[in-house]
Amino acid sequence: MNSMIYKNKKPLLVFLVPAFAFLIVFLYYPFFQNVVNTFMRIGGLGRAAQGLNTPWYENYRRLFTDPYMHTALQNTLLLTLCTIVFQVGIALILALLVDTIRVGAQFFRTVYFFPIVISATALGLMFNLIFLYKGGMVNQLLLSLGRLPYEVKPSGKVLVQWLDWKDQAHFLFTMFMPVMWQYVGFYFVILVTGLNNISPDLFEAAALDGADGWKRTRYITLPLLRNVLCTCLVLAITGALKVFDLPWVMFGAGMPENRGWLTGTYMYDQTFNRMNVDYGSTIAVLIVVLGVVLSNVANRVFRPSDDL
Amino acid sequence: MNTGIKKIPRVLTYLVLSFWALTTIYPFIWVLLNSFRKKGLILSDSFSIPLGDAFTWDNYITAWQRADFKNAYFNSFLISGTVTIFVVIIAGLAAYGLVRYRFRGRDFLYSLIMAGMMFPVFSTIIPVFRLEVMLGIAGTGNRWLSLLAVILPQIAGNLCFAIIILMGFIQSVPIDLEESAYLDGCNVFQIYFYIIIPAAKSSFATVAIFAFLWSYNDLFTQSFFLRYPQERAITGLLNEISSQAGVNYGLMASSVVLVVIPVLIVYICLQKHIIKGLTAGAVKG
Repeated sequence: MNSMIYKNKKPLLVFLVPAFAFLIVFLYYPFFQNVVNTFMRIGGLGRAAQGLNTPWYENYRRLFTDPYMHTALQNTLLLTLCTIVFQVGIALILALLVDTIRVGAQFFRTVYFFPIVISATALGLMFNLIFLYKGGMVNQLLLSLGRLPYEVKPSGKVLVQWLDWKDQAHFLFTMFMPVMWQYVGFYFVILVTGLNNISPDLFEAAALDGADGWKRTRYITLPLLRNVLCTCLVLAITGALKVFDLPWVMFGAGMPENRGWLTGTYMYDQTFNRMNVDYGSTIAVLIVVLGVVLSNVANRVFRPSDDL
Repeated sequence: MNTGIKKIPRVLTYLVLSFWALTTIYPFIWVLLNSFRKKGLILSDSFSIPLGDAFTWDNYITAWQRADFKNAYFNSFLISGTVTIFVVIIAGLAAYGLVRYRFRGRDFLYSLIMAGMMFPVFSTIIPVFRLEVMLGIAGTGNRWLSLLAVILPQIAGNLCFAIIILMGFIQSVPIDLEESAYLDGCNVFQIYFYIIIPAAKSSFATVAIFAFLWSYNDLFTQSFFLRYPQERAITGLLNEISSQAGVNYGLMASSVVLVVIPVLIVYICLQKHIIKGLTAGAVKG
């Protein structure tokens, strides 16, 4: 690839400098500053640090002893696991199925990608209406199917025992479901293209050897999709750790009763509502570290070979 | 193409696929229907089509009167349009340089870009805010400066993803084309503009669409820098309406529709590019 056109390295500056200037000033430097901030005492947003924390690692000590942080971490790891299993899993099933049909394939691709283009704020409000306590879409549906207990008062009024989808028993489902649902289409599209890149010769050869149906999927398609699946996995992990706006619009600060925290929402709340800017920075560092560690683990486990 | 799972009957395949399609379409239809429904009817009967007595424009009229949608649309399009243009230009140049040149530190720069994708916005926003206050961009109360304060970090935030996608695509452009152009006397910049950009058109379109959508939908950065009413962009406006609307669910539904419609139009017009361009880059891993 080292063509003679590209022997002269001077134009390279024009190509790289604008991008890296932007990245350094508005991404890398701020992130570095954010790491420094974790050791400081900071009085409020946009204020200068008032010097080192005492002891300097105070925020990290707090990170490990804060019970809400434990909750947030637990919920987030559970969400990451659910994302991997359901988001990528559903996307894989849908991709394998779409691959077998001709009519309507384009329609399904377009429609599955739909939720990704819509802002999480709008989706959050939408799901708030759908899971509304009194008369939301889900509860109305359950009522019409006769799955909600109700009694008819002597006055003729119907008294329904609505199901509270945001209470302690149901909040995890209500919080995770929209987050997972939104990005299935993203992985679906990546997987479909991965499938299209598999050479049809392989399947013909397999058919000659008598491999058919499930066997073919199991022994040819899935192994060949391994690298693409791995890409999906890394994207899913880093995505799940950063989740913020959908849960924030739907649940706000840690509802119900401080059990609904995620690392993203807890970090936001600490920084912007409680003005613990230095502690918030520490949580942000934890999110990045977790992202790097988990995606490396995923890479090690699922991508052993590059020759496929 | 036929890659497996032959034994499943066709009907079942369509059933499963249609079910998922239903979950992605129906919620929007439900919101749309209820945005035209008379107050109070949403809670008792939200599934029927609002006809006759149940139909009303009131929710839209209220939304339009209560909030300055026109101004917010203008701000949003100005911000997202500028971000999109700069991201496409800057990321295109960088991706080309990184793909075609072999130089020391290339791998290091590549891993810097990968790492950049992991930083959540909230880990960089506070130092960015302080920096911009120091430069006199943020917190001045001047509308245009505040918009610029949102644009700058959004460009940086979109660059890494854009560079990765574009690199994947530019790699697949055959280098012979460039070599023959070079022999014809083109310099590197002419090659970039006359060969690379046309060849990688659909991935440039993808990157543009994503930069636009993410910028338009980014509540977090917007609510951080745009604090005065005349600065507000569309998602911030939606958030404000929802916190004031209380139990006026019709108003909420109509506001959601007003915010979502421009995005849907952009998506439906350009969806072919999204899917083609995104995957060519991403699958490379």
